[in-house]
Amino acid sequence: MLVAKNRNREFSVRYLPGFSSMAILCFVLLYAPIVALVIYSFNSGTNIALWEGFSLQWYVVAWENELVQEVTFRSLIVASIASVTATTLATMAALGTTRTRNYRGQMVIYAVINQPLMVPEIVTGVALLIFFAIIKAATGYHGLTYLVAAHTAFCIPFAYMPIRARLEGMDGILETAAQDLYATPVQTLRRITLPLLWPGILAGLMLAFVISLDDVVITELVKSAGQDTLPTYMLGQLRRGITPEVNAISSALLGVSVLLVSIFFILRTR
Amino acid sequence: MSNSAAEVRSSNRGLHEHSEVARRKKEVRNNLLLCTPALIVLILAAAGPLLIVLIYTFLKAGPYGGVIWEWSWDGWFQVFLKKDIFDDTVSIADAHISIFWRSVKLSVQSTLTALILGFPTAYFIATRSPNTRNLWLFLITIPFWTNLLIRTFAIMQVIRDQGIINTLLINFGFIETPIEMLYTEFSIMLGMAYVYLPLMVLPLYASIEKLDFRLIEAAYDLYATRIFVLWRIIIPLVKPGIIAGSILVFIPSLGAYVTPRVLGGGKNLMLGNLIELQFGQGRNWPLGAALSITLLVIVMVSLLVYVQNLQRKSD
Repeated sequence: MLVAKNRNREFSVRYLPGFSSMAILCFVLLYAPIVALVIYSFNSGTNIALWEGFSLQWYVVAWENELVQEVTFRSLIVASIASVTATTLATMAALGTTRTRNYRGQMVIYAVINQPLMVPEIVTGVALLIFFAIIKAATGYHGLTYLVAAHTAFCIPFAYMPIRARLEGMDGILETAAQDLYATPVQTLRRITLPLLWPGILAGLMLAFVISLDDVVITELVKSAGQDTLPTYMLGQLRRGITPEVNAISSALLGVSVLLVSIFFILRTR
Repeated sequence: MSNSAAEVRSSNRGLHEHSEVARRKKEVRNNLLLCTPALIVLILAAAGPLLIVLIYTFLKAGPYGGVIWEWSWDGWFQVFLKKDIFDDTVSIADAHISIFWRSVKLSVQSTLTALILGFPTAYFIATRSPNTRNLWLFLITIPFWTNLLIRTFAIMQVIRDQGIINTLLINFGFIETPIEMLYTEFSIMLGMAYVYLPLMVLPLYASIEKLDFRLIEAAYDLYATRIFVLWRIIIPLVKPGIIAGSILVFIPSLGAYVTPRVLGGGKNLMLGNLIELQFGQGRNWPLGAALSITLLVIVMVSLLVYVQNLQRKSD
């Protein structure tokens, strides 16, 4: 080891020519388009290719557009209900599958929970389109519940992952101690398990919210007429090309996602 | 020791074992109860409807979308074949074949592009000091959690005729007219490589991080060149990571819908767009269902390879 360290200066076994510059190039390629998009959202001109000066006018235009307000509100409603429901269900499922002796059917439960991650979104979307069409024909109900149900389902695995990871990192000693001191199972859960699990639950909630907020494909197929969310609205706007207004909305949505995901990472490392 | 005492003891043990079994049964029942609500939602709004898709592949298409409940092979028949409207001659559906071919071709190309860019990146991250590694990983994952549509918009603005690349090239006098990149197969390929790159880097990183650098040092001691070390030592050792990353990029590329729709400009359809079309203007739900099941089967086979690859790695 010592020898390796001394030699490190002139000859590193880890060094491969060109790899570092390739990696830096890769990071630049990854971020340059996003950074350009954000910069141009502050452009004062109508042409998105030509820089004409700094301005917030496209944010104002987007903010005052009633259609944008409507779809944003709908996106937030769907994402809030779906992420809270999915996180609740995922927390229960994580408690039922982690830190327990293996039991029969556990593999099936894992498979069902992770199923939305494995099946292509377009296939899930088509399946829900068909299934909900049958229910719509039978009940005549065309509300937002279909969208919320679909979002809840595909958010469950994303909420489940961090909660389960957190739970696996907790040993059962404190819970055993609580029970030795005659705490009821409900008391143990409320006073010991849930407080310890809280960062995992919050992380799951953030992730589920972001996933729901960003979904395009399933929403596009499941929504009834007049149920556009922010992403499907933006997809529909594409026919007119990318307007600076869409740029501004994209940047704002980007900001929200990055913020929530950053919180997720901080919660996870704690 | 009297006989009766032994009997009492053994019956006590029996009682204890009995309660242990009962306790364990109760635990399993509680676990199942805890999982039930999530399972119900997932089966109703994700897994269950897939079965209905399978049923729909064997039904007749309704005139205005939907289906007529009559048995028919038309859905599956139309995946690769078509019947002439006038004389009923059967021929191969060229349009579908070319879309299948384009989907596979572009997915393979975008996987290779992501590999060429992702491998050095993963290697770079894995050879940083442990403190800065997490920061680099964070930088790789952040774009992945942001909206796919927005990232596609972003790449669209870079490559369009008045985009950054063409503007720069023209201003510096390399070209006079813009290179047409947007709305081509190339733009779809580039877009998919761009949006799925993190899926390549993460498994590669996991593999490279576990690399035993003493082996590489030994190779250098035996006068191996850098190229030799890369080809004969590093790449064979991280092969599971390469396979895993490639499959993780290939699968979503094959089923991609948003990227080809936005960057293909409506003329370069991929499988995802073809499926959606059958439920929109195409009004051929059984065909759409059959195409969906076909895609699902390809993805499941790829995933099976992925899982086997993971198991071999852990052995």
